[in-house]
Amino acid sequence: MGVVSDSVSVHSSVGWAVRDTFAMVWRNLTVIRRVPQLLVFSFVQPLIFVLMFRYVFGGTIKVPGTPYVDYLMPGVFVQTVAFGAINTAIGLAEDKNKGLLERLQSLPMSRSAVLGGRVLADTARNVFIVLLMLAVGFAVGFRTHTSVLQVVAGVGVMVLFGLALSWIFALIGLIVPNGEAAQAAAFPLLVPLVFASSAFVDPRTMPGPLRWWAERQPVSITAKAVRSLTIGGPEYPSAYVWGSIAWSLAIIAVMAPLAVRKYRRS
Amino acid sequence: MTGGSPATAIVAEELRRTFDDVVAVDNISLAVPRGSVLGLLGVNGAGKTTMVRMLATVLKPDSGHATVHGFDVITQSQDVRRSIGLAGQNAAVDENLTGRENLELVGRLSHLGREKSRERAGELLDQFGLLDAGNRPVRTYSGGMRRRLDLGAALVAQPPVLFLDEPTAGLDPASRLDLWGVIESLVSDGTTVLLTTQYLEEADRLADNIVVIDKGLIAAEGTAKQLKGRLGDTVIEFEFASPDVATSAATTLGSTVSAGTVVRLVMANGPATLRDAMNQLAAADITPSHVALREPTLDDVFLTLTGSAWAS
Repeated sequence: MGVVSDSVSVHSSVGWAVRDTFAMVWRNLTVIRRVPQLLVFSFVQPLIFVLMFRYVFGGTIKVPGTPYVDYLMPGVFVQTVAFGAINTAIGLAEDKNKGLLERLQSLPMSRSAVLGGRVLADTARNVFIVLLMLAVGFAVGFRTHTSVLQVVAGVGVMVLFGLALSWIFALIGLIVPNGEAAQAAAFPLLVPLVFASSAFVDPRTMPGPLRWWAERQPVSITAKAVRSLTIGGPEYPSAYVWGSIAWSLAIIAVMAPLAVRKYRRS
Repeated sequence: MTGGSPATAIVAEELRRTFDDVVAVDNISLAVPRGSVLGLLGVNGAGKTTMVRMLATVLKPDSGHATVHGFDVITQSQDVRRSIGLAGQNAAVDENLTGRENLELVGRLSHLGREKSRERAGELLDQFGLLDAGNRPVRTYSGGMRRRLDLGAALVAQPPVLFLDEPTAGLDPASRLDLWGVIESLVSDGTTVLLTTQYLEEADRLADNIVVIDKGLIAAEGTAKQLKGRLGDTVIEFEFASPDVATSAATTLGSTVSAGTVVRLVMANGPATLRDAMNQLAAADITPSHVALREPTLDDVFLTLTGSAWAS
């Protein structure tokens, strides 16, 4: 540590990439900590959804096999990580807009650390908010019917899905000019994913093509994966868990290289 | 030869970059000797920032070559990044971090290591008079303090080459003078500086050589003295009571009106030109309200070279 070397191999090594990424994670988490309003807002939105669907619409929504609250909460968790991923786009777009990205691009740091640091910090943030939502869930009557280990795995599945979506939003953040545009671009992308899904209601009540989409798309698969790990039963086999993990890994495999390429090119 | 400490710190050969069919930089070549200051002068949109961004490896040129500190900006971009500091209107600091944290972050990302980063952050806060504000978030800083921190961030790794993109744009006169002093002391330590500015006074004071660019092309280059010398020794400024009078006076004198009521003549032989001009005005029955004879400024150079009005 603390040794300055001019050799190319040392500077471009994996070790530096990791250190640069952690320096960026530290920076992003410090900013989140200093502007706690951002964290509060990303907690308030899913909280409203829980209260609305649990107590306003919940009485009229029937799902087979389980109390609605047990069906609802995994959907809310997935919705939370999905909307949380917008922060990746907003953060990067604002860094670009303010000129911070330009400074970072002029430094001899790893070319993947800015994006990696952003995505990992947002993932840490997602873990925190998901745990909060889990507590909210228990408070409104959500009960798990599986082992603690499975619930932990459920948290892992949704956080991995959030990380995958973050890579999509990393690319969007590099394309749009500022945070507001990032938010505007994210909305039409997320709404059909989050609401035309099995997150809040049973897709079997939807008309043909919509139902086809709602049963197959990754938000639904992930919601079912989380249900598999929190309530279990024949309705939610563990195949959904593998399905969700496969979706997440596939999204990362495609989007991460695209985003890093976009960052390097300009 | 690549690397080391070449005599020419910055070399650009026919650099070109377009954005959606708009040519921002059109085959510009320039060279900056080590330890000197080059002022890149031009209005907004002239291509100054694009030029800096290409040399600082932030933007890839469409064509052409450039080396900075002996390293190629495309094939040896990481080596270039280890040799440069970038500051100014487009390179910013993080508002939510403290001044100290900003400097330490740049140090860590420049691979100085934690200890050295901490040490440099302390030194720079001291050097730029930010020691008291160092532990406050940057969003509480004044414009002048931000610019000083921004310049400090460019200096963390003690780079031999510095790019300053409009370092004093938007600053009040006192902060500007303050920052000029800082830049001058850096230059006296041997740092090579490429500075962009739209303030002629700034280029005049700081730059050894000046390149005037306009619409992506080099309009003129030389020392401030040479550029002024190309015009002649003297500027005669006539001021008239109204724009209408100024317009007919300009027609009489074969010049143009600027700033509404001013007609400017730039001549090698001031007094003789003044006498002739006064005779011509008398023949046309026009009387100026004010006449001044003075040395040319870079404003005059720019007006003459590009024909566009200077916003200052």
